[in-house]
Amino acid sequence: MWRKGVNAVMLATTAAFTVLTVSTLFLILGYLLYYGGRSLDWNFFTKLPLPTGEVGGGMANAIVGSGKIVGMAAVIGLPIGFFAGVYLSEFEDKLFGAPVRYVADLLNGIPSIVVGILAWSLVVVPLKSFSGLAGSVALAVMLIPIVTRQTEQFLREVPLSLREGALALGASKWKMVATVVVPAGSKGILTGMILGIARISGESAPLLFTAFNNQFWGGGITQPTASLPVMIYFRAVSAYDDWHRQAWAAGLVLIAMVLTANILARLVLAKGVSVPRG
Amino acid sequence: MVKTNMKRISLALAGLLMGSATVAMAQSINAAGATFPAVIYQKWFDEYHKLHPAIQVNYQSIGSGGGIAQLTAETVDFGASDMPMTPDQMSKLKVPALHFPTVLGGVVPTYNLPGVTQELRFTPETLAGIFLGEITKWNDPKLAKDNPGVKFPSDDIVVVHRGEGSGTTFVWTDYLSKISPDWKAKVGANTSVNWPVGLGGRGNEGVAGLVKQTPGSIGYVELIYAVQTKMAYGYVKNPAGTFLKADLATVTDAAAGAAKNMPEDFRVSITNAPGKNAYPISSFTWMLVPTHIADAAKAKAIREFLTWMLADGQKFAAGLSYAPLPKEVVAKEIAQIKKIQ
Amino acid sequence: MATSAAVQAPAIRKETQTGDMIARLIVFAFAASILLITAVLVYELWHTSALSRHKSGWGFLISRVWDPVTEEFGALPFLYGTVVTSAVAILISVPLGLGAAIFLSELAPARVSSALTFLIELLAAIPSVIYGLLALFTLVPLMRIYGGPFLKSTLGFLPLFKGPSYGVGFLTAGIVLSIMTVPYIISVSREALLAVPREQREAALALGATRWETTWQVVVPYAKLGILGSIFLSLARALGETMAVTMVIGNDPKITASLLSAGHSIAAVIAGEFSEATTATYQAALVELGLVLFGLTIVINGAARLMIIATTRKGSKRP
Repeated sequence: MWRKGVNAVMLATTAAFTVLTVSTLFLILGYLLYYGGRSLDWNFFTKLPLPTGEVGGGMANAIVGSGKIVGMAAVIGLPIGFFAGVYLSEFEDKLFGAPVRYVADLLNGIPSIVVGILAWSLVVVPLKSFSGLAGSVALAVMLIPIVTRQTEQFLREVPLSLREGALALGASKWKMVATVVVPAGSKGILTGMILGIARISGESAPLLFTAFNNQFWGGGITQPTASLPVMIYFRAVSAYDDWHRQAWAAGLVLIAMVLTANILARLVLAKGVSVPRG
Repeated sequence: MVKTNMKRISLALAGLLMGSATVAMAQSINAAGATFPAVIYQKWFDEYHKLHPAIQVNYQSIGSGGGIAQLTAETVDFGASDMPMTPDQMSKLKVPALHFPTVLGGVVPTYNLPGVTQELRFTPETLAGIFLGEITKWNDPKLAKDNPGVKFPSDDIVVVHRGEGSGTTFVWTDYLSKISPDWKAKVGANTSVNWPVGLGGRGNEGVAGLVKQTPGSIGYVELIYAVQTKMAYGYVKNPAGTFLKADLATVTDAAAGAAKNMPEDFRVSITNAPGKNAYPISSFTWMLVPTHIADAAKAKAIREFLTWMLADGQKFAAGLSYAPLPKEVVAKEIAQIKKIQ
Repeated sequence: MATSAAVQAPAIRKETQTGDMIARLIVFAFAASILLITAVLVYELWHTSALSRHKSGWGFLISRVWDPVTEEFGALPFLYGTVVTSAVAILISVPLGLGAAIFLSELAPARVSSALTFLIELLAAIPSVIYGLLALFTLVPLMRIYGGPFLKSTLGFLPLFKGPSYGVGFLTAGIVLSIMTVPYIISVSREALLAVPREQREAALALGATRWETTWQVVVPYAKLGILGSIFLSLARALGETMAVTMVIGNDPKITASLLSAGHSIAAVIAGEFSEATTATYQAALVELGLVLFGLTIVINGAARLMIIATTRKGSKRP
């Protein structure tokens, strides 16, 4: 009897913990929808930031800047991550396979601020300028391990039968990989890329002293570039109500992008792997 | 099929190149530094951009320490600081830099005391005591002595200071060092000090933000930040014995002596200035411009901006609670602009 | 026919061999670049911090002084803040996370479990700066007005809860971190629990144990390595968190016993002071802090990995 009671209580407690955790998500989304929704206006998307204290500015340059920085990071990081994943899954050799895998996992766990220091010393110092490019390098370093792991994981899941079939037809190894294995694992690989990009587009710390910030549109990717996450930070810690408003609006926009990408990626994956399990 | 693709690609490339060429024609100037004058600097750069659409001056207010650091690292075209560079800092510059005073401002003790409607009066002793962590409660008799009739709560005093390298900190600590030998010995004056107590805010904006959100707190900010966030700020007793609030007249008065005896390189401190009506925590703030700028177009743009700043720019000062530069100083600066090559 | 086929075969083989060789080289080059990036990272951290390392030596790790004026830099206040906030985070998120993981893996129906897990994993996708934004405007006033005074009135005799309640501080930062780490604990622990072989549960149930007893006394111990791994993983994340922490910790490099007082962390001070480091030594000291953080996270992540690997191996063993 007593034991049954404990059983019931623990069921209830663990359920409560779960509900508590899930409700945190809804609380977060709720706050952002409410405060961010109230603060979003046309100005936000079209105007540049106004001088301190003036009301009505926007974050048009930060939105575009984020797009540029993340886009460049994707251009750098996606190929490296993808091919490294292909290596680990298909072409792994005894000497370098384990170290590459270990180091990729290591990179995954490095605090983003430390990656910022790396990009600073590699790009900002030699070029003698803060730049969106430096920010892209930092974000690319964070993107690579995510894409590598996902690519490797989904390529490994492609059934042996498919591979053997291709080889039996006379295809060389690389042809087999390129025309059979990769397409078979493509859904998962794509998921990994989307998730990775979503993750880096929310990062603020590595951009603080690489891409820096900009009041204007700036002169290109080799100049300081505004970004949404950095703007949110500066606006949130200020004392101006209008700037707080903008921080909420930006927060809503950012979370909408990140969560949409995440949900999309998982739906793509959930719709089934593109090959029957063999 | 390949041919049309090639056509499309080359068209796109051409468009991109043209687009980037237009962007390249715009003169992008990067600057960073003090938050003390950031309000008027951003106004200036915004106004100047309206007058000269091709010129974008991107000013990031990261603190005077940052301005000096980034100028030294040559990642910005010019810096800004409320603390004149020390000889040691100047020796580290690859290209010597010139100090250009831009405006005058005052640093005020801003506080958040719900329930207290009267404006508080602070003496050098009480300010030093609070920031040294020796006066810990609002109802301390030392505060009551200068504020008869004010009902202080028994709450703890929450001190707010700057977390990063700040010229405003320098002005504040410079003042405290002058009026408190204890402060000078224990902490000293610099853009970044070892604070005995307090929370760290980011920029003048951050300190104002923290004070605004924390009842019972006191911090130091440039006047405009207290005004714009509608926060209370106190009177400070000056060496002549008058309790003054920072405003156009009292801050201008503080610079009167320096205006007449301005050194060649414009590096002065005007805290604790003599004069019956001089606000004791006032300061010039400077743009730090290299004597040699490689890009001739950029150098010209900067020279032209400085000329504008010293004439039309000064008209914006009073509206934003800063004081314009004394005429004697402006005249000397115009001569110095020629030194930028 | 036979002769031409015999002549063609070696030619085809050679072509495929070259193609494979090129492919192998390409992918290897990309994979090796990962090794290169990491090597460069370690080198840069080591090299740029040299000034500070030579000046302070090992004393850097135990010095409490952070004085840019006299150029004396010590890591202790930041190490303290990093450890304390992470410890608070773990203390809150482990019971919460483990409980939720148990519910999701053992006690909830499968479809509910998948749906809820998906939602919880979304928590992990929320950027740090947004957690900071929310915490600054909701948690901080809450802590200042209700949380702090409540703790002081009930547990104020402990040195942990003395002093004024600012709203910002170690405790607030710890709470934010706990929300950020709980999805990792749930996700990984749930996997570890699901990996426990069915036979173990069935055996316990057959002996008359209740579901809870089965879970707590059989399944959880079996998965304890994976669960421990999840804790280490979360710890590593908490140690490196920057934005959310710097927005609510108070940015005061002091070592105090009270959780209600303001503090600082390694990541927060780098974020706050890096672009303002006026001297080379100041900069080097900040990079050295980055090196310390890097070392910490490697060690803890490494331990986490080993535990998680050990668990999956164990789970796949057949009795």
